[in-house]
Amino acid sequence: MSKENVSSQEDSQPDRRDFIKGASCAIGAAIGAVPMAAGVRVVLDPLTRQSAAEGDAEFIRLADVSDLPEGEPMKFAIVEDKKDKWSRYKDVPVGAVYLLKTATQEESETSISVIAYNTVCPHLGCFVDYRKKEQDFFCPCHDSNFDLNGKLVKGVSPRAMDTLEVDEEKLKAGEVWVKFQRFKGNTKEKIAL
Amino acid sequence: MEQIKKLYDWLDNRTGIRDHIRETLFENVPGGSRWRYVWGSTLTFALMIQFITGIFLWMGYSPSGQTAWESVYYINNHMTGGHFLRGLHHWTAQVMTVLLVLHLMQVVIDGAYRAPREVNFWFGVILLKLTLALSLTGYLLPWDQKGYWATKVATDILGGTPLVGEYLKTLVLGGSDYGHHTLTRFFALHAGILPISVIALTAGHIYLFRRHGIHPKKPLKGPDEFFWPEQVLKDAVACLAVLVTVLVLHFSFNGAHLDAPADPSTNYPARPDWYFLFLFQFLKYFPGHWEILGAIVLPGIAMTLVFLMPIIGKSEKGHKFNVGLLFGILVFAAVLTYAAVNADKNNESLQASKAQAEREAALVKKMAANGIPPEGALALLQGPKLFAAHCASCHTYGGEDGLGGKVDKPSAPDLKGFASREYLTELLHPERYGSEKFFGNTAHIKKSKMLGFLEDEFEFIEESEMDQLVKAISAEAKLPSQVNLDKSDKSDIEAGHELFEEIGCVDCHALGGWNADDYSAPDLTGYGSREWMMGIVHNPEHERFYGSKNDRMPAFGRDEKLTRKQMERIVDWLRGE
Repeated sequence: MSKENVSSQEDSQPDRRDFIKGASCAIGAAIGAVPMAAGVRVVLDPLTRQSAAEGDAEFIRLADVSDLPEGEPMKFAIVEDKKDKWSRYKDVPVGAVYLLKTATQEESETSISVIAYNTVCPHLGCFVDYRKKEQDFFCPCHDSNFDLNGKLVKGVSPRAMDTLEVDEEKLKAGEVWVKFQRFKGNTKEKIAL
Repeated sequence: MEQIKKLYDWLDNRTGIRDHIRETLFENVPGGSRWRYVWGSTLTFALMIQFITGIFLWMGYSPSGQTAWESVYYINNHMTGGHFLRGLHHWTAQVMTVLLVLHLMQVVIDGAYRAPREVNFWFGVILLKLTLALSLTGYLLPWDQKGYWATKVATDILGGTPLVGEYLKTLVLGGSDYGHHTLTRFFALHAGILPISVIALTAGHIYLFRRHGIHPKKPLKGPDEFFWPEQVLKDAVACLAVLVTVLVLHFSFNGAHLDAPADPSTNYPARPDWYFLFLFQFLKYFPGHWEILGAIVLPGIAMTLVFLMPIIGKSEKGHKFNVGLLFGILVFAAVLTYAAVNADKNNESLQASKAQAEREAALVKKMAANGIPPEGALALLQGPKLFAAHCASCHTYGGEDGLGGKVDKPSAPDLKGFASREYLTELLHPERYGSEKFFGNTAHIKKSKMLGFLEDEFEFIEESEMDQLVKAISAEAKLPSQVNLDKSDKSDIEAGHELFEEIGCVDCHALGGWNADDYSAPDLTGYGSREWMMGIVHNPEHERFYGSKNDRMPAFGRDEKLTRKQMERIVDWLRGE
């Protein structure tokens, strides 16, 4: 405020007018801050909300070992109960996995192993395709290529495809049980969410 | 400081902001600042609160039949600060209505509507109507009982408009009945069209107010002053008082109330928000086709007269008429409001349905805490409602009818916690088995083999054994609340299963793997499970359950008293699904 606009009263009672100005500003700021702070606090709610605790994931039965073709990945949808804010859903798709069965011959014994991959690209979360002709996994977003062992062949992904834990005991009994987890995108290490 | 001044100069050079600020702050206030000039500012402040809180609420609100109540519930009961935010929005709306009336009164009493301020007065009247429209549309958005029923009345009144009524109503509802599009339309009005109109008109209102200057109240009290800072301080203090009022209301009423979700099947007493109560009461005096008089014609005439105030008020007599009219309307509204409140207070059946609605609201909120199924929160209440309607003539649920109401003469077992460990531990006690809570009032207690068995054998069964037996039978139910317990107590459950035979339960009952000797009592295989309970509700006279010994329990499924879906709802609720 420049001096020439100030009324004559200011000079007679400068303290009083300074007080009034200060009080006006203070009250104005305070009453404006209340609704603003209330709103901002609510918006920040997700930051202070505990997400599902780690290690919560459980093994889910996806298939019988005999259902899987050898050497060729097969896609399975993960169907789980899900909570989303106020909603509770039963048996809805929450993701997908590729299951790859391989058999290795050791002397006279064949040992069967099953690898489970999360279908999400570790780069930025696109859905990775399995290409039969090329015998690879291919991310259609930024062209990352992974071989059937999940290893990055070429492309921008910071790490290999994310493998998921398979229950070894059940596998011996002929069933494929997988612990479905999500992982942080675009990091070198595989960090479970 | 120097830096700030430089920046200010830079900005001023390019925008001319300095002149604008000067113009705003150094507006002349003839006769100096006064408290009676604060109303406009308080309204602007209230409007600002509504915009801020409204936009933040918007971030959590989801308008549709299955998510409106649910999302508001989530904001209100689960999001940190959500309860306060919603309370602010709700109570500021109430206070704003009062401020609007005070502002209008000040303008009319001071004759501030006179030339050349007529257009500005009209802007103000339209703003008043827009604000009421905001209240009306906002009332529906939570999609709870009170919003739903009150808005139904309002839209039915609209439907009564001559010639175009039905078309208007269909347009407003987005269809012939209430549904998703009613909410999306109301929400678009409430958060889009109406606020934009309010901003535009408020801008015009303030522009015209500045153009004509403050209408000074004679006699002037002193020398002229600038708006800044004397009047600004008075405005700020008044705004602070508004905020304090809102806060006091919020805390004394514990935020904004949320009723049970909208349910077209219940007798909820439809009442509009308090500031529309007088119009609601007014309608009671206009029977049949006279209703249009009370609903549209007379309020329309009053509104038209208010609109014409600047013209009527040209003469001193006209001005007096205006003041008289306004006070007349206000007193009339106050009397009608009092009559409406009083009538409700003395209406016992209305008070009873209100209390019932409160109980249902509390119940559904408690149930919703575990998550709401995709069909919406209303589905949560179907279990207890069906129980109250079909089961509570004999059974109780925790001593009540499932909805928190009383059961006159309970004559069948209480079903709260049915098949849980606690339930069975109590049931399998000789002093409790025949009590009112269980089979005391049923035919099963006469010459009861079960009671005789408990009386003879109970003292010889060790507590730990009883415990294992209970765990084993309870595990049959696979109750959601006991999933983890059943998992961790596997060995106890297996031991209990063996005891079932050793103790002699198998003389009459069967239990997974054990065949009963004579099947004279219900098969306990899967006891308390969804399938078992569906079975007994379907037909208790089936040999798997009570056979010919069934007391009075109807075969709800076999005799088609309930649909399968209804039975599922009751069973799922009892099992705590």
